[in-house]
Amino acid sequence: MKALRGLLLFIVALPLAGCQSVLMSPSGDLARQQRDLIITSTVLMLLIIVPVIALTLLFAWHFRASNKKATYDPDWDHSTILELLIWSAPLLIIIALGAITWVSTHKLDPYRPLDQLAPGRPIPANARPLTVYVVALDWKWLFIYPEQGIATVNELAAPVDRPINFKITASTVMNSFFIPALAGQIYAMPGMETTLQAVINHPGEFEGFSANYSGLGFSGMRFVFHGMNEGDFGRWVERAKGGGGDLSREVYVKLAQPSRYEPVHTYATVAPGLYQAILTQCVDPASRACMSNTHPAGDTRAGDMDGMSMSSRTD
Amino acid sequence: MPDLTKLLFGRLTLESLPFHEPILIGTFAVVALGGIALLGVITYYRLWGYLWREWFTSIDHKKIGIMYMILGFVMLLRGFSDAIMMRAQQAIAFGDNMGYLPPEHYDQIFTAHGVIMIFFVAMPMVTGLMNFVMPLQIGARDVAFPFLNNFSFWMTVAGALLVMASLFIGEFARTGWLAYPPLSDITSSPDAGVDYYIWALQIAGVGTLLSGINLLVTIVKMRAPGMTLMKMPVFTWTALCTNVLIVAAFPVLTAVLAMLAMDRYVGTNFFTTTSGGNAMMYINFIWIWGHPEVYILVLPAFGIYSEVTATFCRKPLFGYASMVYATVVITVLSYLVWLHHFFTMGSGASVNSFFGITTMIISIPTGAKIFNWLFTMYRGRVEFEIPMMWTVAFMVTFVIGGMTGVLLAVPPADFSLHNSLFLVAHFHNVIIGGVLFGLFAGINYWFPKAFGFRLDRFWGKCSFWFWLIGFYFAFMPLYVMGLMGVTRRLNHFDDPSLRIWTYLAAFGAFLILLGIGCTIMQFYVSFRRRVELRDVTGDPWHGRTLEWSTSSPPPPYNFAFTPRIHDHDAWWMMKKYKYERPLEGFLPIHMPHNTGTGFILGALSFVFGFAMIWYMWLLAAVSFLAIIVVAITHTFNYHRDYYLSADEVRRVEQSRTELLASHV
Repeated sequence: MKALRGLLLFIVALPLAGCQSVLMSPSGDLARQQRDLIITSTVLMLLIIVPVIALTLLFAWHFRASNKKATYDPDWDHSTILELLIWSAPLLIIIALGAITWVSTHKLDPYRPLDQLAPGRPIPANARPLTVYVVALDWKWLFIYPEQGIATVNELAAPVDRPINFKITASTVMNSFFIPALAGQIYAMPGMETTLQAVINHPGEFEGFSANYSGLGFSGMRFVFHGMNEGDFGRWVERAKGGGGDLSREVYVKLAQPSRYEPVHTYATVAPGLYQAILTQCVDPASRACMSNTHPAGDTRAGDMDGMSMSSRTD
Repeated sequence: MPDLTKLLFGRLTLESLPFHEPILIGTFAVVALGGIALLGVITYYRLWGYLWREWFTSIDHKKIGIMYMILGFVMLLRGFSDAIMMRAQQAIAFGDNMGYLPPEHYDQIFTAHGVIMIFFVAMPMVTGLMNFVMPLQIGARDVAFPFLNNFSFWMTVAGALLVMASLFIGEFARTGWLAYPPLSDITSSPDAGVDYYIWALQIAGVGTLLSGINLLVTIVKMRAPGMTLMKMPVFTWTALCTNVLIVAAFPVLTAVLAMLAMDRYVGTNFFTTTSGGNAMMYINFIWIWGHPEVYILVLPAFGIYSEVTATFCRKPLFGYASMVYATVVITVLSYLVWLHHFFTMGSGASVNSFFGITTMIISIPTGAKIFNWLFTMYRGRVEFEIPMMWTVAFMVTFVIGGMTGVLLAVPPADFSLHNSLFLVAHFHNVIIGGVLFGLFAGINYWFPKAFGFRLDRFWGKCSFWFWLIGFYFAFMPLYVMGLMGVTRRLNHFDDPSLRIWTYLAAFGAFLILLGIGCTIMQFYVSFRRRVELRDVTGDPWHGRTLEWSTSSPPPPYNFAFTPRIHDHDAWWMMKKYKYERPLEGFLPIHMPHNTGTGFILGALSFVFGFAMIWYMWLLAAVSFLAIIVVAITHTFNYHRDYYLSADEVRRVEQSRTELLASHV
């Protein structure tokens, strides 16, 4: 029993160690709200979990066979009041948690445009979100900035306190786009587009990676996400423009070949329509995937159905 | 002659053998030496005939149950070797050090670990316990379809052997245990690994489905007179619900794997990224099987805890009816939650919250169950025998896993925690803390019934404490790493601050290794001390349910007379009302004959699966034909049953009477 109590202490001490972790001290408003939700839900559940663990240990100890002083009631196996209580206690917790879930899931839907930059700081009326196209390749990340006309591999930057609108897809297999300090993850899937709306509140360097196993080079699919103030971001874009070549379709096809632990590099210009072509799997119009996804002009019905890339949305 | 070679060997070449992998060569040497030693011992002691007649061809549910348990335990050793290799790799591979496992190998290991632990450890052990215990609990002489039972077992073995074969011939899948396309499709995984995965699961799946039907029919049709549904022991109730889940869920797995196989073999486009295929469909389908699968495993464990708690608290189970309703509610709800495995795939907020909330609702009946066990202890006389120790450890451990599970069911929280080590910690928390602890409780509880002697307590306690403490050391650090944003299935880390946690986890795995060692010692020591530990009464724990009314081990026919049931806890009531064993008036008992057909069909299925994996079309056709021919031939076997004479029954019962008399 003593060892059990020791174990319990160990269990309680561990989450404390987690407090300094990135999920518990995030730098983006979405991730912060998710953190608050994790804490609220946990506290709500501890209301019932802690008494249960305590009672288990207490009953096991107090009613041990060698304790002849404890009451022994060998036929007691039913109590309507108690049974109502043991069903309704978890029910009440779940009603509360269910309500929180419904509201927070809608509020923190990654597709939903942000309604604040941070608590008490509404989005300025003139704010224009920064659009970034994210492509998960084997095994590296390609980021295309349509507004700035640049592209980067395994490096991402965004100005602080400006909403970011990520459009996410993949070249061959499934990955998951995840920057824990910024916001929750969302899958990156070939031929499909997912969306993440987020904002970073603090400047700094944050980790990003794929959170869905995608093959041999998966462990090296990491990138750095820079939160920068507007000026630094402008300079970062200029540097990218100065340093790189053109991301033409041919260069993209070469880039998309599997590689592991790809170093950071940038492209000064990007071929027009490249992201749409990646999304519809038509970077090479003669490829089998492209042929199968598009239909001859005139066949409008089929074209309407299949010619477009799929959204992964199910409702 | 290349065409002939191709016809005979398909794509299997000498290059498929892993001569260049020293780790695999070493493993192979150990396995081969061990295997040769085992075969040598069997031959030396002339056990082949005995094994074949008494075990391999046996259609006695008790022996089949025991064989399932042995299969599960052997595969546990394999699955655990994978686990400890992963822990070692994650403890080493930081910064410039890439560890000792390249991704080509590491990725097979985590895939094999998941597949083996679920399909070939947890499933056989759960099926084994249901097979052994349930017919005894309902007062039946065997399951409804004894031959089918034997056949199901050998199909499971064939699947397990295919996974083992992939170690040394070719490779296993590198896709994760659910083989999501597009990664598992032919473009991304052209080698034989995914085909091993598909055929191992398809062949074992036939066994699981048939055994599910078999046990389901047994419970529905073969209960002793008077045992209404609401008088069934709780373990039988959970077995009933589990088998309903198996029968309803496994066809989905079979179908989805068949579609994946067609994508790979004949170029259909169910789950491809082109031509209208949709990988999201696969992910939905596989979890429509996968989530009920979790409950298939844990419900029987809940049943075990219920039996153990009532027995060792010397009280009837508190709230039998609410326990039963809770089980049924969980059974139904388990089909309404599958989407919580992929909140992050882009579903809308309403869809996500619906599945999040249904998931949380499952925690209500589960919570009620925990309270029922709690109040069974209340005002009881709790005896801390080994099964009860596992049960208390389960109650404390499982609620933590339940809490983190509900947390993961909140979609916005899941966006941060999905696929992280937090998730890995959560499901090990519920599968080890729920299913495995239950299996160990069950093994310690029913072992004397199966073998006639109890398991050694000292080594049982050692095993318990090593497992329990090892579990907390191995998985609590993973919760923390999950909160640090560390994702699963990584074979290398950059951040050196994680190292302390991977060390702790590896230390935990080492403690679990000691726990497994102690379990083996426990079996060995108990066997050596079997005379001392002998259970002559058939009721070593003062049990409450019918299995304890038989001798240990029970006679082949289980019950000389079918018992009549008046209340639940039938055996307890019989003892209370001074039940007298009948000593006269025995009748001949109708018994099934042993048959080798199940073994032969299993062996042929293994050959067929192997041939399909390596594109050996000729061998595949021949072995498939052979399966059909053997199956049809078996239908002409009229030599299926016999009567155990009344004299023989009297002789067996008489010897038990003498045994009981000599030990009063």
